[in-house]
Amino acid sequence: MRSVAELQPLFDEAIAGNRRALGRLLTVIERGGQAAAAVNDLAHAAGGNGHVIGITGAPGSGKSTVTGQMLRLLVAAGAKPAVLAVDPSSPLTGGAILGDRLRMDDGPDSFIRSMATRGQSGGLAVAVPAAVRLFDACGYNPIIIETVGVGQVEVDITGAADTCLVVVAPGWGDAVQANKAGLLEVADVFVVNKSDTPGAKDVRRDLEFMLDLGHVSGHEARRGSRPNIVNTDGISGDGIDEVLAEAATHLEQLATNGKLADRRRRRIGLEIRSHLQQQLEQTVDMLIEGTVGAAHIDQVANGSMRPSEAVQALHARLYDG
Amino acid sequence: MGNEEPIRVVLAKIGLDGHDRGIKVVARILRDGGMEVIYLGLRQTAAMIVAAVEQEDADAVGVSMHNGGHLTLAPRLVQALRDAGMETPVVVGGIIPDDDVQPLHDNGVAVVLGPGASADEVVASVREAVLANRA
Repeated sequence: MRSVAELQPLFDEAIAGNRRALGRLLTVIERGGQAAAAVNDLAHAAGGNGHVIGITGAPGSGKSTVTGQMLRLLVAAGAKPAVLAVDPSSPLTGGAILGDRLRMDDGPDSFIRSMATRGQSGGLAVAVPAAVRLFDACGYNPIIIETVGVGQVEVDITGAADTCLVVVAPGWGDAVQANKAGLLEVADVFVVNKSDTPGAKDVRRDLEFMLDLGHVSGHEARRGSRPNIVNTDGISGDGIDEVLAEAATHLEQLATNGKLADRRRRRIGLEIRSHLQQQLEQTVDMLIEGTVGAAHIDQVANGSMRPSEAVQALHARLYDG
Repeated sequence: MGNEEPIRVVLAKIGLDGHDRGIKVVARILRDGGMEVIYLGLRQTAAMIVAAVEQEDADAVGVSMHNGGHLTLAPRLVQALRDAGMETPVVVGGIIPDDDVQPLHDNGVAVVLGPGASADEVVASVREAVLANRA
């Protein structure tokens, strides 16, 4: 592995525009540990003010196709966008098929990186903010995080972006589905994709109804604004310019009403919390798998100790090392 | 952390060749072998593959060819990677006549896999090529 001292020159190269250096640093971030933390600190010191856009939705709703069309327009307008495309790893083998890139046009003015979720131990929640910060330090703007809207970590990460786009497509369900908690609550802009197909008007109507209820219940006031809905056709690219305009407007709104700083502060809170959770989890694992943990488990198993006593005793040991 | 870092493989169809059933099978085999597969799809050029390998920091590249273009396209891909300063091993799969295997190796192709290759062979040969390059 790479030592921390080796990272500074690699980081300098990445900042200077060396794409291979950036690719390698993203790998360092994915692997976690001290080297990843060092890269994160370097990126933090370098700073940046890029627009972080989350894009999420059910599998097959067209996230990657919409993202690909956004990239095309952004590059044509002279922007330098980056995409972090997250796909799930198999819990059985650890393998993954990362197929988002397939639907995006690659070019010298954009940077696309695929990332697998790699287990549930909080690795993703730690790696994504660091990767975003690195893109930001390298001058990429906007930075788009694409995740499947399944799994709490993915929803949390995407929902913590400056602007969160939720892609829905006809066939996803009725108005009751639209009111279930989760994915739809984190949206700042709704993208009704595949709007060339029948059903698209129904989807829009159901979303409008859900947003009406959010107005009544107070959710809208807490979130800051009522999300707009844009109809798109990912294949032809219809409506994508409107998605970008809505995202830009949303950022302006946040900057004006002072909520942008709040959001970014909350995102840092989520990141630091994830780091602490990861460390705690490792400490707990070591304790449980060690001799002390085994002794307590044995005593509970043979009836000589109550479960609550074992928890209390082990909890006390967590803090005296 | 802890476990061995997953191997990242870029897979692509290069040139004008739409036969993608084989490469989809290979993608699945590598996934089930614990690797992270970045699939680029059809009609890729050497330059497009190099750009993807750079951004994805891939450990290996696999291309599948069923159109007889392997003696032209595979060496071109290897050269493009080396020109970009990358030693990434290239694996070629598909319909490759026996007589062409040695010329491909001579041009820097690390592994050639034919239609008879078993899933275990595919995973093992990619892993071996990657570990040899990392060493």
